[in-house]
Amino acid sequence: MELERFCSTSRVVIVAGKGGVGKTTVTAALAVAAARVGLSVLIVEVEGKSGLSAAFDRPELTYDEATLAPGVRARTLTPDQALLDYLQAHGLRRISKRLASSGALDVVATAVPGMSDILVLGKVKSLEQERVADLIVIDAPAAGHAVNFLLSPRGLLDAVRVGPIRRQAADVIELLSDPSRCQVLLVTVPEETPVNELVDTAFAIEDRVGVSLAPVVVNGCLPDLGVELDLDSASIARDAELADVFVSEREASDLAAAATFRAKRRALELAQATRLAKRLPLPQIRLPFLFTADLGRAEIEHLADELTAGIAALDTPRV
Amino acid sequence: MNGSQSATLSSMDELADHGHVVICCGSGGVGKTTIAAVLALEGARRGRNAVVVTIDPAKRLANALGLDALSDTAREIDRPIWDSAGDSDPDGRFSALMLDTKSTFDSLVTRYSADSEQTRRILANRFYRNISGALSGTQEYMAMEKLHELHEDGGYDLIVVDTPPTRHALDFLDAPRRITRLLDNRVFRLLMMPTRAYLRVASMAVQTFLRTVSRVVGSEVIDDVVAFFRAFEGMEEGFRERAAAVLELLGDPATRFVLVTSPSRDAVEEARFFARRLGETDLAVHALIVNRIHPRFGDEKPEGLRARAVTLQASAAEHTGDTAAAAARLAALYTNLADFQEIAERERAHMEGVRERIGSAAVAYVPFIARDVHDFDSLHEVGTLLFAAADGAE
Repeated sequence: MELERFCSTSRVVIVAGKGGVGKTTVTAALAVAAARVGLSVLIVEVEGKSGLSAAFDRPELTYDEATLAPGVRARTLTPDQALLDYLQAHGLRRISKRLASSGALDVVATAVPGMSDILVLGKVKSLEQERVADLIVIDAPAAGHAVNFLLSPRGLLDAVRVGPIRRQAADVIELLSDPSRCQVLLVTVPEETPVNELVDTAFAIEDRVGVSLAPVVVNGCLPDLGVELDLDSASIARDAELADVFVSEREASDLAAAATFRAKRRALELAQATRLAKRLPLPQIRLPFLFTADLGRAEIEHLADELTAGIAALDTPRV
Repeated sequence: MNGSQSATLSSMDELADHGHVVICCGSGGVGKTTIAAVLALEGARRGRNAVVVTIDPAKRLANALGLDALSDTAREIDRPIWDSAGDSDPDGRFSALMLDTKSTFDSLVTRYSADSEQTRRILANRFYRNISGALSGTQEYMAMEKLHELHEDGGYDLIVVDTPPTRHALDFLDAPRRITRLLDNRVFRLLMMPTRAYLRVASMAVQTFLRTVSRVVGSEVIDDVVAFFRAFEGMEEGFRERAAAVLELLGDPATRFVLVTSPSRDAVEEARFFARRLGETDLAVHALIVNRIHPRFGDEKPEGLRARAVTLQASAAEHTGDTAAAAARLAALYTNLADFQEIAERERAHMEGVRERIGSAAVAYVPFIARDVHDFDSLHEVGTLLFAAADGAE
């Protein structure tokens, strides 16, 4: 599939996954890849602080948009901010700050569970309708919470019978269940627990929210070196002789130990990716584990390349 | 392995041998739950009566710990299950529980209400029923509450508490404040006054706020809130005292904070931030556990290894047949070794001086193990690595 087509499938992409799997990394790579094909992209960070701005070597994100890279802007949109925003838009500008510091907003958010999530998603919906960008990428809360986040409008429709919040919930459901407007991209790493959690999340949000799922991104996969890694010191010595180079015994054993480690880890990863494919019939895009450096501009560009290649390969069936 | 290691080893050992309350903190995805279970198991293996409070264990780990469902009470695990080799101290005991936020809160309400009628009214209130699911920080607070309860009544030597998976390690520190602030809320306290009287005393701002809230979410919701605060009347004091007692336990010299982190730049940065925040409340990080650090294979520099890989690739291109194949295989092996040396070097660079920077007594590294940790054997394997790999000198 072409990247342009993938990125214009829906205007909103919600990136979700368990903590530590690299949601923010994937968010950044997707944004950069989309910007390369000429789309204007807005990243929305719903949990406030993340490593996103640091990766682009920019100051901490705020409620106001900031440019991270050509074509890529980013901002935060936390529940507290969304609630304040809502109150201010409804004539409570003067006292909203004080209410926030008095904790009254906590009471409201507790009285109406899911209300802050609705306000966040409601704001996302307005951003979408105002066409602030060609593509809006949401860096969603960690997986367990992501389900609640996406389920909030349904729960709210049950709890609140009247009023503007109910209308907002209905609008948000419309956004979430329209595949031409919104899809959820799930991220995992090829390990047992994150894979299980991803499968649970996928079924929960597809069945109960009716949201459409983009291909799954399996992040942090050890790249293939193109040779069998199941080699021991003896076979390394034979190869050294054949290639006519000197490899000390100690070095041969280090090479063998590192190769065995990688081979074992790769076998585990493949088993997990296969298990994921069996349990969840969605195409997978694999992103490589980065040995060379912490996430910075160059690494995001590299992952954007890989993501583009992964998307390009989507039409052909993958093993 | 160096001379100063013994100092830290005793520090980790001290935790397992003499620590009473151990709180495992860290951001999501770093392996906190596993480390909490490992620490409790190590205590039990050393002859202590240990319990681990888990928050949201992965299914297979939960099964291994005998936790099929949320529970309000700890369950002891039969010795043959956690000590299959039979080489642990015979006095050791191991129990586990999976925190049930709602029922922990319920028993707190039951404990502090004046009579069963008050309990009934609160438990049936819709606003109250939302608290455990919707108010952020409740899970954290109930974990601390459960900890206090186990400390008071459980008879355990060692209580290890996992903290909920948040993006930020800091969230749990704010939890008690959030809850007591809610229960103590002045604006809503006004609502408990006899019908409509509150509108006379409440300030203009509060009136506007309440009118808007009921317009936005409906007056039913406000009625629930009012009913809740009425029903709660008289219990605030008990709750406040309890929260103070929990905070006091956190500051007790026998309470140890263990910060679990991964060896990445962001995680280490957050660990420093967290340690600073703890410091502001006069609490100290007892140990930093760096989980899943990459193994190091030998001591060659990645640059040299990469250069060899390049030479071998060139040689493979020049030759044909077996010679070319052998050179290509070797090139791949050198690239692989260079990859691992590079990441190991980088992770160690992040750790450079981390002990001084976060001011913790011990830094322990747990290497990446080539399998998932979800049974007692693998927990013990991690424990062995953890207690062998502490490194006090930076």
